[in-house]
Amino acid sequence: MILNDLIEIKNAELAGRKKITLRCCMAAGCLSCGAKGVKQQLDKAVADAGLQDQVEVRGVGCMKLCCEGPLVQADPQNSLYIKVTPENAPSIVAAIQGGQTSVAQTDPDAAFFKRQLFIVLANSGVVDPERIESYIAADGYQALHEVLNEMAPKNVVESMVQSGLRGRGGAGFPTGLKWGTVAKSPGAKKYVICNADEGDPGAFMDRSVLESDPHSVLEGMAIAAYAVGADQGFIYVRAEYPLAISRLQLAIKQAKQMGLLGAGIFESPFSFNVDLRIGAGAFVCGEETALMASVEGKRGTPRPRPPFPAESGLWGSPTLINNVETFANVPPIMRRGPEWFAGIGTEKSKGTKVFALAGKIKNTGLIEVPMGTPLSVIVQDMGGGAPDGGQIKAVQTGGPSGGCIPAEHLDTPVDYESLGKLGSIMGSGGMIVMDDQTNMVEIARFFMEFCMDESCGKCIPCRTGTVQMHHLLDKIIQRQATPADMARLEELCDMVKSTSLCGLGQTAPNPTLSTLRFFRHEYEQLLRPDLSGPPPNGASETRSASAAS
Amino acid sequence: MAAKTLTINGLQISAEEGATILQAADEANVKIPTLCHLDGVYDVGACRLCLVEVAGVPKLLPACTTKVVEGMEVKTDTERLRKYRRMTLELLLAERNHVCAVCVANGHCELQAFAWSLGIDHVRYDYCFPKWSVDNTHRLFGMDHNRCILCTRCVRVCWHIEGAGTKNVSGRGGHARIISDLNQPWGEADSCTSCGKCVQACPTGALFHKGSTVAEMERDRSKLEFIVTAREKKQWIASD
Repeated sequence: MILNDLIEIKNAELAGRKKITLRCCMAAGCLSCGAKGVKQQLDKAVADAGLQDQVEVRGVGCMKLCCEGPLVQADPQNSLYIKVTPENAPSIVAAIQGGQTSVAQTDPDAAFFKRQLFIVLANSGVVDPERIESYIAADGYQALHEVLNEMAPKNVVESMVQSGLRGRGGAGFPTGLKWGTVAKSPGAKKYVICNADEGDPGAFMDRSVLESDPHSVLEGMAIAAYAVGADQGFIYVRAEYPLAISRLQLAIKQAKQMGLLGAGIFESPFSFNVDLRIGAGAFVCGEETALMASVEGKRGTPRPRPPFPAESGLWGSPTLINNVETFANVPPIMRRGPEWFAGIGTEKSKGTKVFALAGKIKNTGLIEVPMGTPLSVIVQDMGGGAPDGGQIKAVQTGGPSGGCIPAEHLDTPVDYESLGKLGSIMGSGGMIVMDDQTNMVEIARFFMEFCMDESCGKCIPCRTGTVQMHHLLDKIIQRQATPADMARLEELCDMVKSTSLCGLGQTAPNPTLSTLRFFRHEYEQLLRPDLSGPPPNGASETRSASAAS
Repeated sequence: MAAKTLTINGLQISAEEGATILQAADEANVKIPTLCHLDGVYDVGACRLCLVEVAGVPKLLPACTTKVVEGMEVKTDTERLRKYRRMTLELLLAERNHVCAVCVANGHCELQAFAWSLGIDHVRYDYCFPKWSVDNTHRLFGMDHNRCILCTRCVRVCWHIEGAGTKNVSGRGGHARIISDLNQPWGEADSCTSCGKCVQACPTGALFHKGSTVAEMERDRSKLEFIVTAREKKQWIASD
């Protein structure tokens, strides 16, 4: 494979395009509500109408508006059909020929789509994730070629530093700095790991990227491997994502066959192999040291850092670990230049962020917005607000490590620092919207239960502290708690946060702390009235209920 | 090897390069409490009792895995650390069924001694009272999960000193427990060499020599009769 071969594949693919394209979402969300049958029937309807020469029915990745799936988009008509059933197929095929259809549609130029800026998701819903040619037609693997042929590894690292990209796994560590550290760490053997152990409740960004555009992650990993001097990569993906796994396997196979992975990539001396490692369902394996232990075949528990993976990672070798979305950002940055990327977003948070919008909101799905976009734009303009006329009460970001941002702070721009100031975190991209029917203490208990179940049990504060905090939250909800229990809870939050070994324990109190900060009255209303002093306003119902018991 | 100088609780000390804060403190006779550390096996930083404050570092650092650095200012006994240590111990005591009065390790227990030293005479958290079993299937030793604090000393000595690899950890969170081989009864674990290193390593009464526990007191009254018979009848025989 040389550049000409790549361009030839691209040109052949583009030349083979037909006049009309029907893009069918084949990501897990739409597949779960019958997209497979829709595509089969569309294929049949096109054949029945004798339009095979003019119409291409293409299975693509996520088309973002997950709540309205299965989705089918017709181009160049720019019609987006929603909640499509297999029976709708003939009607859609009639419509693209100029006929009428009663199949429900939505405006593809609505705010939900128009406010998005696609970098990571640029190919999602456009290319066929099961055909490498489709990715190559979208300029795929060109960045890798350019990097291998025209850039020294240290220039690649330099470009990443210039781009200002920060880790999309949640903590926001500068990606270029991490690459540079691994590149400079002495060692003949180095590794690159893609962390695809997405585990936050309500988060599905990484799954969608892997299902929709697996090659962008592989290309990003190969560029990273060249920059740091690694020749082996692992993608640690959770077993709960079977479709992502099978598409990754297929993508790796196709890339190897074309000489885009394996030995002598683009006929250069650079070799890079990627293998999958399937997680066994432990949330803590998303923590990098636990993940590496799991890749090594050991029990997935974290270890103290330092040494950091960049210095001593897999089997003691320098190891670069980045998240799926971070790697998916790499090919566009290399293709379009770090200055272009650095021009998007805010001063300290560059580029875009993908969020999985879920919860009590009209438009649920996948969104990618420039950093600095206010939360209100996301939940009100794009998400369409709470369904059934409800009021939005809070937005939860960062999953079990994050916090609840109350409605009065919805003007907050989405960037690492602003969310941090409100006691939440950017996190990997889960965004759960809550309306006025939501009990915030129950939310805190839900996340605490999650952390309690997912604690690995290695360190005492996390293992035993989460159990006691969950017990105290439960006691509050059962209206059996006293002010002393509240004090105990807050003291435990501080202790577990300060003393736990890894990020899971250190952030497990965050949902409780943030709801205590912004919704303290909801806790106080649930305290035992006989012991909680003068009753807070509006707590009469609470008091009578617990007095009766 | 170069030496490093640092201060621990204001005391200027020197330590070998590569030494941990725990080793440096120990050499300077500054006692840092630990439950998972054991001289001779590698450290895992799990019990979080040896956390110390280091000037300029926002996070608390485990003394057992943090290497000394020139000019480091370490504090091992601040009010904040004492508070966290006390809470950690209380959490441990509430987690499983630690009943000193009937424990084989009563008076010889690191958990008990440590709690004693901190003046813990009650626990502010609700006891969990979990149901844990006792594995008495091994010929020589027993394992009482009720008293286990999951320090994993037994696992580490089993793998890295004896090289048998019998002991391991299974399950997660509050359900984590020490297992033998593939979660078999200890007596059926073929890899166990019965070396007893795990019993020596255990800080509590979770691992014990059989015959030494409170309920295992056995009396041989026939001995008395033997002596009386010998004295009175000059017959050195035991009655049936």
